[in-house]
Amino acid sequence: MGNEESVFFSRVLTELTLSFHIIYATIGVGIPLMIMIAQWLGIKKQDEHYILLARRWTRGFVITVAVGVVTGTAIGLQLSLLWPNFMELAGNVIALPLFMETFAFFFEAIFLGIYLYTWDRFENQKKHLLLLIPVAVGASFSAVFITMVNAFMNAPQGFDLVNGQLVNINPVLAMFNPAMPTKVAHVLATAYMTSAFLLASIGAFRLLKGSNHIYHKKALFLTMKIGLIFSIAAAVIGDFSGKYLAEYQPEKLAAAEWHFETHEGAPLMLYGVLDDGEVKYALEIPYALSILAHSDPNAEVIGLNEFPEDEIPPLYIHYLFDGMVTIGMWMMALSLVYVVGVWMKWGFIRARWYRWLIVFGGPLSMLAIELGWWFAEVGRQPWILRGIMKVEDAATTSGQVDLMLLLFAGLYLILAIGSTVVLTRMFRKNPVEQELEDRELEKEGGFR
Amino acid sequence: MTLEIIGISVLWLFLFGYVIVASIDFGAGFFNAYSLFRGKQHILTGIIQRYLSPVWEVTNVFLVFFFVGIVGFFPKTAYYYGTILLVPASIGVVLLAIRGAYYAFTNYGGLKHKRYTYLYGLTGLFIPASLSIVLTISEGGFVEETASGIELDYWALFTSPLTWSIVILSLTAVLYISAVFLTWYANKAQDEPATELLRKYALIWSVPAIVTATGIIVELRGHNPEHYSRLVDLWWLFAISFILFVGTVYLIGKRKAYGVAFGLLTGQFFIAFFAYGISHYPYLLYPFLSIYDSFTNEAMAIALIIAFIAGLGLLLPSLYLLLRLFLFNKDYVQGKRNDHA
Repeated sequence: MGNEESVFFSRVLTELTLSFHIIYATIGVGIPLMIMIAQWLGIKKQDEHYILLARRWTRGFVITVAVGVVTGTAIGLQLSLLWPNFMELAGNVIALPLFMETFAFFFEAIFLGIYLYTWDRFENQKKHLLLLIPVAVGASFSAVFITMVNAFMNAPQGFDLVNGQLVNINPVLAMFNPAMPTKVAHVLATAYMTSAFLLASIGAFRLLKGSNHIYHKKALFLTMKIGLIFSIAAAVIGDFSGKYLAEYQPEKLAAAEWHFETHEGAPLMLYGVLDDGEVKYALEIPYALSILAHSDPNAEVIGLNEFPEDEIPPLYIHYLFDGMVTIGMWMMALSLVYVVGVWMKWGFIRARWYRWLIVFGGPLSMLAIELGWWFAEVGRQPWILRGIMKVEDAATTSGQVDLMLLLFAGLYLILAIGSTVVLTRMFRKNPVEQELEDRELEKEGGFR
Repeated sequence: MTLEIIGISVLWLFLFGYVIVASIDFGAGFFNAYSLFRGKQHILTGIIQRYLSPVWEVTNVFLVFFFVGIVGFFPKTAYYYGTILLVPASIGVVLLAIRGAYYAFTNYGGLKHKRYTYLYGLTGLFIPASLSIVLTISEGGFVEETASGIELDYWALFTSPLTWSIVILSLTAVLYISAVFLTWYANKAQDEPATELLRKYALIWSVPAIVTATGIIVELRGHNPEHYSRLVDLWWLFAISFILFVGTVYLIGKRKAYGVAFGLLTGQFFIAFFAYGISHYPYLLYPFLSIYDSFTNEAMAIALIIAFIAGLGLLLPSLYLLLRLFLFNKDYVQGKRNDHA
């Protein structure tokens, strides 16, 4: 196998691993916060339902954590196995956040174990809440640190390049690179948003399938509220990300928007297809790109034609970008209407069709996460370290990457099937009505 | 003490931590499967699950910590080991993944079937075997530097007696460490039948463990004389380690002070592990890579060490809390509490 093939298969394998891992990782970052909020509400309102909500979410969460941990271990090792040249170079500058991520992960793992196995051990529910804080903090901070590494790949800094050697290294400066604030904030906000909408779709699904319990209604309202807040946050941060791109990675923004000529007062292209360099059927919003990029309708936006041909990313990232933004806007509208509808007592939000829309909202948000990551990653092609190292120079020289691709594809298939089967069985066998009854009996000193 | 030495010592310490906690985990899985096979599962399963459940995730982190740390402190290892280990490390990761996931699936998801228990037990043996390959490779002699890069000579690797000695050592050590720990744990739980069974396993596995460990030293004499001579210089450390081994076996044999026995065992492996590490100095991959020519820049090294100290400040109290709540909580260990969410 030639080196070109190694590069190709390394890219496919990395993409496969990451695409699979981020499903579980997103849940892993977002759900602990939801559990914590539910536990806190339960204590504050003295409402057993919220405490039970926290407990049931936790049980499902353990399964996703397991898959998240093992796929995370896989990508952690694959970084060195598939991209040894990259790690050799970048490791000198970016090892610190990578190292800190394992600490955050460690911290989370310890307290999750404690939290899981001390239910009902303490009389005081507040102690359970205290145990949840490090779980949620650890989960979010591992996302923060690992996103710092990714941000560094987009905007490397914290060193000087002298004759191909890295000198004057400053690990802290490398962590706080220009891409970091928007990336980290967007990753966190969308992870919370997606987790909230996933939990909302479970609640909506149970209501649709006949259970009319107040528990599900509380769960649905809570998660839709949280989802709304974080979808608004995600959109605001998304706007900042646009401004970051215009400033530091104009080729990514230009490719995403099919903006070829540099000019002032640039319009934003929505949807459409690209045919021989011609944009067709696109919705054009005048001045919107200039506003997105510089908050000024007349500002100049750099076009793709300014860049050497071998340094521009593939143009299909436009579809990824549009897909992500559309889903984000849609979910924001859906949750806004729901939350306002509950306050105003609108009837249609309890209609079956609206609940079905909520059911699809969870998977759609997850799709948006995938689209967003593909956009972010493909958008910095051909670079692995923007401006410094190209992808083809970073990959392994080993000839067995294609076999490893098959091996891991098989693994992910098994894990996907396994986790789905286990999760559905877990909750189908023990519906909330049953569990509430059991708890009542237990309190009265009855048997189980 | 130079930064390089601090760096490698920290990593070696974490690798040691992984060896101990992972051995307990791997061995427990194997004993559980074996007892199912022999129809004695009712004796062991409860004990093993009570120990493993709250800590299984933590075990995994030790390994992640080690490989992230080594690339951080010694970025060149990413190039050498990364290129060479694609196949063995990938296989190890896949096995670890299956193992971790099915642990969670069976314990929390109620996916109960004999075949998973067997699968779980077997991966516990394959994983140490696939990971211990790294130790063999580090001795040198299996890697070639060619014009297009570096390559691992699989044929030489798999036909070398050294490879197989290290594989067997890893297997026997896993079973021995695990059995000694679980004997102690079962005894704390006042579970007589489990204690007796595990005690028997501990005594059975102590013999091959010490024999293969000695065998490796002999193997190295032919394979890497330079390393061998440094090992011999440290004979007194190995002698202390052997005395501790005798102490463990004596206590277990006499059914006395299982806690002390496990302490002695940890000491035995700690000393042997560090003596081996010291004798390997200064090479990470003989003769291509020493800790000096692969070390990261000074700024990063200092940053990593600060992060490490801060991280330990956070971890040690948390780990202590974990142990207090489970390992040293009488009601929990004896199975009188079931507070699982």
